[in-house]
Amino acid sequence: MMKKSEQATTLLPGLRHKEAAARPRVGDRIFSKVTLFFALLIVLILAGLLIALNIDAWPAVQKFGLSFLTSVSWDPVREEFGALPAVYGTLLSSLIGLIIAVPVSIGSAVFLSELAPEWLCRPCSFLIEMLAAIPSVIIGLWGLFVMVPFIRNPIEKWLGSSLGFLPFFQGPPFGVGFLSAGIILAIMVIPIITAVSRDVMRAVPITQREAMLALGATRWEMITRAVLPYCRSGLIGAVILGLGRALGETMAVTMVIGNSYNLTPSLFSPGVTIASKVASEFSEASGDLYIGSLIELALVLFGITLLVNIIARLLVWRSISVRGGGE
Amino acid sequence: MNRTEGYLQRRWFNRLMLVLCGCAAAITIIFLALILGYTFINGITYFNLDFITQASKPVGESGGGMRDEIFGTFILVGLASVIALPVGLLAGIFLAEFAGRKMASAIRFAADILAGVPSIIVGVFAYALLVRPLHSYSALSAGVALAIIMIPVVARTAEESLRLVPGSQREAALALGISRWRIILGVIIPGATTGIVTGIMLAVARVAGETAPLIFTALGSAFGVQGLTVPIGALPLQIYRYALSPYSDWQKQAWAAAFLLVILVLGINIVVRLVSNRRK
Amino acid sequence: MMNDLFRPIVTAEAPDKKPALHEPPRCIIKVKDLSAWYGNKIVINDISMGIGKQAITALIGPSGCGKSTFIRCLNRMHEVVEGGRVSGQVLKDGQDIYAPGVDPVDIRRRVGMVFQRASVFPAMSIFNNVASGITLTRFWSRRSDLQDVVERSLRKAALWDEVKDKLDQPGSSLSGGQQQRLCIARAIAIEPEIILMDEPCSALDPISTLKIEELMLEIKKDYTVVIVTHNMQQAARVSDWTGFLLLGELIEYSRTREVFTVPKDKRTEDYITGRFG
Repeated sequence: MMKKSEQATTLLPGLRHKEAAARPRVGDRIFSKVTLFFALLIVLILAGLLIALNIDAWPAVQKFGLSFLTSVSWDPVREEFGALPAVYGTLLSSLIGLIIAVPVSIGSAVFLSELAPEWLCRPCSFLIEMLAAIPSVIIGLWGLFVMVPFIRNPIEKWLGSSLGFLPFFQGPPFGVGFLSAGIILAIMVIPIITAVSRDVMRAVPITQREAMLALGATRWEMITRAVLPYCRSGLIGAVILGLGRALGETMAVTMVIGNSYNLTPSLFSPGVTIASKVASEFSEASGDLYIGSLIELALVLFGITLLVNIIARLLVWRSISVRGGGE
Repeated sequence: MNRTEGYLQRRWFNRLMLVLCGCAAAITIIFLALILGYTFINGITYFNLDFITQASKPVGESGGGMRDEIFGTFILVGLASVIALPVGLLAGIFLAEFAGRKMASAIRFAADILAGVPSIIVGVFAYALLVRPLHSYSALSAGVALAIIMIPVVARTAEESLRLVPGSQREAALALGISRWRIILGVIIPGATTGIVTGIMLAVARVAGETAPLIFTALGSAFGVQGLTVPIGALPLQIYRYALSPYSDWQKQAWAAAFLLVILVLGINIVVRLVSNRRK
Repeated sequence: MMNDLFRPIVTAEAPDKKPALHEPPRCIIKVKDLSAWYGNKIVINDISMGIGKQAITALIGPSGCGKSTFIRCLNRMHEVVEGGRVSGQVLKDGQDIYAPGVDPVDIRRRVGMVFQRASVFPAMSIFNNVASGITLTRFWSRRSDLQDVVERSLRKAALWDEVKDKLDQPGSSLSGGQQQRLCIARAIAIEPEIILMDEPCSALDPISTLKIEELMLEIKKDYTVVIVTHNMQQAARVSDWTGFLLLGELIEYSRTREVFTVPKDKRTEDYITGRFG
């Protein structure tokens, strides 16, 4: 045996050499194929998600067609389902959230990137990241027991008495409702918008700032005329990224919005979002049509967030690649 | 020296706006302080040893705890990690080491989109994939849902950490005639450990607090942890249920649970950040 | 090195280290004992000099000698950089721009600056780029009010003919040389008394450089120009006065002709004959 193998090595040195060279290549190929498989799994999950939702939503899609999106009723007993109030509530609460969050976030980002000295900037950034890390259910708990009573009285009372002539501020102050949901959403998206806008602002070249200062601009003028316009697409991306998060946010909203299938302009009124509807009814739903309708709701939400996220990614990517090319 | 036109107004406006920006940052931090403050104060008030050693009690009976739910959360997070870590890490390795430009950006795009899918929809997916066909809510389906949330996060952070390993190390190893996969496993991954572990821990912290995908996968259980194919309780899920319940005993327990969850999640975040900052 | 041996000892005139300085007769700026730091590192060491009115003053010297920092001290741009610190006086028309109560914002409107990299604002049109300095001081301005100033500034910057048909296109659509002239037009538009130029041509091709040099000679009638350059030919071609800086100190300052033909200090001679730097 020994002898034979020795002979083989001496007789066929070229073959041995080839084998030795080929073995690692096989290993590499296997390894790269394995990693490729798992990378493709991500794509597969995404595709599977889309397919599975479509299959399970099919009974509802078949039954209601496009009227699902325009109908306002949600009646499990008579099996009539429409998405409009949920879509409306989702968009309205996110809109309120953004109206509050955008100025606060951009202001914070300006503070962090343009004003704060290093020793202040680091802890502030850290705390803002901590806010982003708090689980949504805990923010919801705080919202329900601490914020909602405060919103009911004094905030909604005060808004009702001073701005009550506007349709948004009419009706009894419930506390739970669109306004509370919007404020909770603002708290949850502020850290995201702040962090992304801070990074985008930091990417603005120093030369832009100096050029504006050299024209005799004050610091604020430098920020509004040189820094913000330079990175505006990145900022818009940051806001849309926040919007994507707000639209899909579930727990905190479910806990403070009141979950009533309402289509009203009053911000004080309890309402519902797609996510809160699915969260609060799914485990009790029965029958293919009812479950299908809830899944179709989820599908609608998926479509909206998909669109919003794609737009945001493209904008943020572009603004970062512009920086890469320019500097 | 005579001043330029509108000078005083501009100066005051400048100061006003800069102060407002500072206020914006302060508002953000005040929100954090309010949320943490209430959670800590209420949580500490209602927290006791029973809370972690006792099972929950039915309505009407006071006392009881969330032993099973705490255990359930660890099981779910463990399950999710077991599924998500290999997938995420290997996908990250592919993105960083093997993928061509087009392939990489396509997969990266898919990962970013998957990361942006609302967690409630991931829950619906897990329901459609595992709960409906098997006719039972289960710990497994919840673990899969959490894993789907973890995978893109792990993959992207792994990719980024692997890219940070200097090319010189790669070349030095290649020059020794070592094959590529051995270099990746033996040189590059050890060089990126801090980054990868950071990413994994942050992903774990995130799914530990996820609630929405558990509502109709894990469902919750009054009988403790009994296996992977039956419903299971979880801490965040119980916070949600108890917070919306009309019983003040349960609401108090929700605060105690929130306190525990915040310590867990923020604890991981703070430790991870401290460690990774020191390494830098 | 070798040259030292052949040099007559009498001309080595720096035993007391007094720099060879001449001052222009009519100064718009007088710098007194100016020193500047980045953190703890001193970059400008006790410089005193006068800057001639309606003349072009060139500052030359090897890179890192502090010439850019020096002109940034003239409109208080040095302090914008983190850790930037200044001591001494810069008297403009007799008043110290570093005196307490003087606002840098005000100084920068009188002392404009053009940077090494053309820093047009990409989000603004060509028109708005030029008008960007003017509109700062106005709450609201109509385009027709700005039209004249913009046209005049662009003409002075020798850019009008090239851009008059595309004023609404983004500033970033122009070529590198055009962008730099746009920056000059933008600086001119606020009608400063002095324009500082920090290596304005270092990123440009020879033809664009020539255009900007012609432009400098043209605007010198109305403005005082201080230019930093590492290109000695450029300094020799355009400037009236030349200062040579080395390691943060002003070694020689005199009429350009004299600096380049009969330098008083050996280090200046070494530099302009290309022996170092």
